[in-house]
Amino acid sequence: MIRIKDLHKKFGSQVVLNGLDLDIEEQGIIAVLGPNGSGKTTLIKSILGMVVPDKGQIDLYEEIVIKRWKYRQNIDYLPQIANFPGNLKVMELITMIKDLRGKEARDQELIEFFKLQPYLDKKLNKLSGGTKQKVNLVLCFMFDSPLIILDEPTSGLDPISLLHLRDLIQQEKEKGKTILITSHIMNFVEEVADRIVFLLEGKIYFDGTVSQLKTNTRQQDFERAIANLLSEEYVQDFKI
Amino acid sequence: MRKFSFLLFFFFCFSSLQAKEIQVCTSCEVNSLQQAVDMAVDGDVIRIKSGIYKEHGVEILNKSIKIIGEGYPVIDAEMQGTAITVKAENFSIEGIKIINIGTSHTNDFAAILVSRSKNFRIVNNRFENIFFGILIERSSAGTISGNKMKSKSRIQAKSGNGIHMWHSEDLTVKNNEIIGVRDGIYLEFVNNCVIKENLCKDNLRYGLHFMFSDHNEYLGNTFENNGAGVAVMYSKFIEMRRNLFRKNWGSASYGLLLKEISDSELINNTFEDNTIAISADNTNRINYRHNDFISNGYAVRIRGACYKNVFTENNFLANSFDVAYTGNINENEFLKNYWSEYTGYDLDKDGTGDVPYRPVKLFSYLVNRTPEAIILLRSIFIGLLDFSEKVSPIFTPAELIDPQPQMRKIK
Amino acid sequence: MYKILKYSFFDLTRSSWSYVYFFFYLLLGITLLFLNNDLSTAVITLMNVIIMIVPLIGTIFGVMYYYNSREFTELLLAQPVKRSSIFLGQYFGVAISLSLSLILGLGIPFVAYGLFKSAVIWDFVMLLITGLFLTLIFSALAFNIALSHENKIKGFGYAILLWLFLAVIYDGLFLLSLVYFQDYPLDKFSLIATMFNPIDLSRILILLKLDISALLSYTGAVFKEFFGTPLGAVTSMGMLILWVVFPLLRMRQVIRKKDF
Repeated sequence: MIRIKDLHKKFGSQVVLNGLDLDIEEQGIIAVLGPNGSGKTTLIKSILGMVVPDKGQIDLYEEIVIKRWKYRQNIDYLPQIANFPGNLKVMELITMIKDLRGKEARDQELIEFFKLQPYLDKKLNKLSGGTKQKVNLVLCFMFDSPLIILDEPTSGLDPISLLHLRDLIQQEKEKGKTILITSHIMNFVEEVADRIVFLLEGKIYFDGTVSQLKTNTRQQDFERAIANLLSEEYVQDFKI
Repeated sequence: MRKFSFLLFFFFCFSSLQAKEIQVCTSCEVNSLQQAVDMAVDGDVIRIKSGIYKEHGVEILNKSIKIIGEGYPVIDAEMQGTAITVKAENFSIEGIKIINIGTSHTNDFAAILVSRSKNFRIVNNRFENIFFGILIERSSAGTISGNKMKSKSRIQAKSGNGIHMWHSEDLTVKNNEIIGVRDGIYLEFVNNCVIKENLCKDNLRYGLHFMFSDHNEYLGNTFENNGAGVAVMYSKFIEMRRNLFRKNWGSASYGLLLKEISDSELINNTFEDNTIAISADNTNRINYRHNDFISNGYAVRIRGACYKNVFTENNFLANSFDVAYTGNINENEFLKNYWSEYTGYDLDKDGTGDVPYRPVKLFSYLVNRTPEAIILLRSIFIGLLDFSEKVSPIFTPAELIDPQPQMRKIK
Repeated sequence: MYKILKYSFFDLTRSSWSYVYFFFYLLLGITLLFLNNDLSTAVITLMNVIIMIVPLIGTIFGVMYYYNSREFTELLLAQPVKRSSIFLGQYFGVAISLSLSLILGLGIPFVAYGLFKSAVIWDFVMLLITGLFLTLIFSALAFNIALSHENKIKGFGYAILLWLFLAVIYDGLFLLSLVYFQDYPLDKFSLIATMFNPIDLSRILILLKLDISALLSYTGAVFKEFFGTPLGAVTSMGMLILWVVFPLLRMRQVIRKKDF
């Protein structure tokens, strides 16, 4: 499904991805974790084509990705920061993205799901951060693409919406999709993730299930397990 | 009174008895102008019917006759020399068309040559493909009006002037149209004349050219697209009113070139789209009033040795340069003009700007020194430069100002 | 690209800045025509405005729009849309909305004044054409600067500097070199120097209409050939087109390699 080979990326003198290999063949939820600057976002953006790698290859459904654009038809993406063109109204934004994709969308269902009806005629710069994040989620989930990439999907959400989001992700998983998530809410990750991919210094440092991680690090607690991963490398940054 | 009218009646009877009319036509007994002139005596009328008469060197000597063309009979000189030469008093030539006057380096061949004559009229004739049109020498009291001339001069040395006057006086040149000769109207040693409502266009050199000709009036003429515009030299007591100088373009082209002119008036003239509207050189005591300078490269260029030139109540509109100035201030004055570039204010609302206007731009000095700099005309940098010069003049003469610039266009 | 252009354009037509710009020109046109009452001086004032304000607004607007729509851009980048379409679409969105403000803002008062009956119409058309070119050029330059500088403040700084350089400093250096080398034949040099500054080019195009009589006072044969024949207008117009094309090409190059 996704096949990444020997991916390199430097920003200036800083090496962000350093020969990363990653294969994702299965369906389900894959969490990409790692400390700040470990290359999570760069990896995601490389898959999306927003970052152009220096070297390496990315295949998606047996197709080369780099410097192409049509393949993005098959990806739903939730960006980390939900900032939109302020002059547009919510409904206009949704219509616009539908127009750009030219694909079937279940926007009505999701608007109801997140109770966004009262905001549809509001301009985006008038919305609160949480509401924006909901709009963000609608935009992401309304197309039925086989691959979903979520960059910090929980940020700004109130507890009820968080529950909704969890349900939504489960539903999508049951449909047989592949879902790539980054998050720093560890119990959220622990709960939903089928597979953990841990990045460190631009390489994959750990790749396996939650229970494998716990066994490997001999820790019962997921957060501690992660911390343990880091401490072995003497990495100072504990914010994951 | 009664006696007088009787006398008048008698005079008419007598003269009509005496005067006869000679008909000229191609199939008549008299079939050439020369033939008719030879037959005519004082007071006769020669009536030429339309047709083509291949003649040149026709001479009218000391005969007071009237030549009238009907339907513009054509006198074709076949490039052989002057068509008609007149040396007479009280004659008139009217309604004929003269064509094909040959050029020459030694003789000034003309369509009509008037020499040592008095009291004559040359009216409503047509001239085409000519060398000189009407050439008048040592004559006086004549009227030249309603004539139309058209030629296609290309080289100055091989072309002549439309209406050329020399050593004459008391002439009226009115309502003529002169297109495509060397100088449209030319005067040399000609005094007390009125040049009125003529159109001089597309002439090779000057639309109007005069030298050593005093006490003349130039009224309501139009000078357009002539090679070098209008040149006025070595004359005094000139009056120029209501003339229009238009589209005289080129590096050596002027609307009006004044050289050694004194005691003259320029009033109500319009200068539009000329490279240099007025260039004044050695001019003294000249009044410029109520003229409009519109969209010229330079509106007024004052060169050396000009004294007491006074510009009052003129409109300077959208010229690239309003005034270019060389030399000292020399009592030349600008007063109560309207300058479209004036940016001052009028707090007391009396219609006169409270800050004086400086019509000379620093940039005109720069262009004078480095002519290529003209390419920077109207750039922002030049604007800043001119502005700072206006605030504190260093290069331009500080006294050269219009102390009472008008806020509104002068009607 | 057209979809992006459409959305950028509609986004901008709602931004109050487009209206500020539009009303600025409207007011300017009305003041010049109806208070001053003289067409030829109005056209000259307009020219000064066009060679100064249009590049400035184009630059600032271009940079501002780029930085303000960064999120929008990121949203689009994740969609199945070609990269160059996104940026060219946004660029043309900005350029067209600015151009429309200019044309309508100045056009309405001039039409109301009865421009079509006057001979100044061609001067005015030339003003609008150069205004259009300057808008296209300077928003393209602004996009280039913004694309190369992630830092907003730096981007704005460079954009303003670029404007200042082309609008004022360039001509200053130009004049200095003319005065300094005045003993040499300079007509070719000065024509070539003009070609490298879009503001000078536009100025020349307008001068050809407004001040041809002054331009012809210079005796050089090269100038005469340039200004006295259609050569000047054709060359200047061609150079202006290149000034639009090159920044756009560079933009495409940068976009291809840029990370977001």
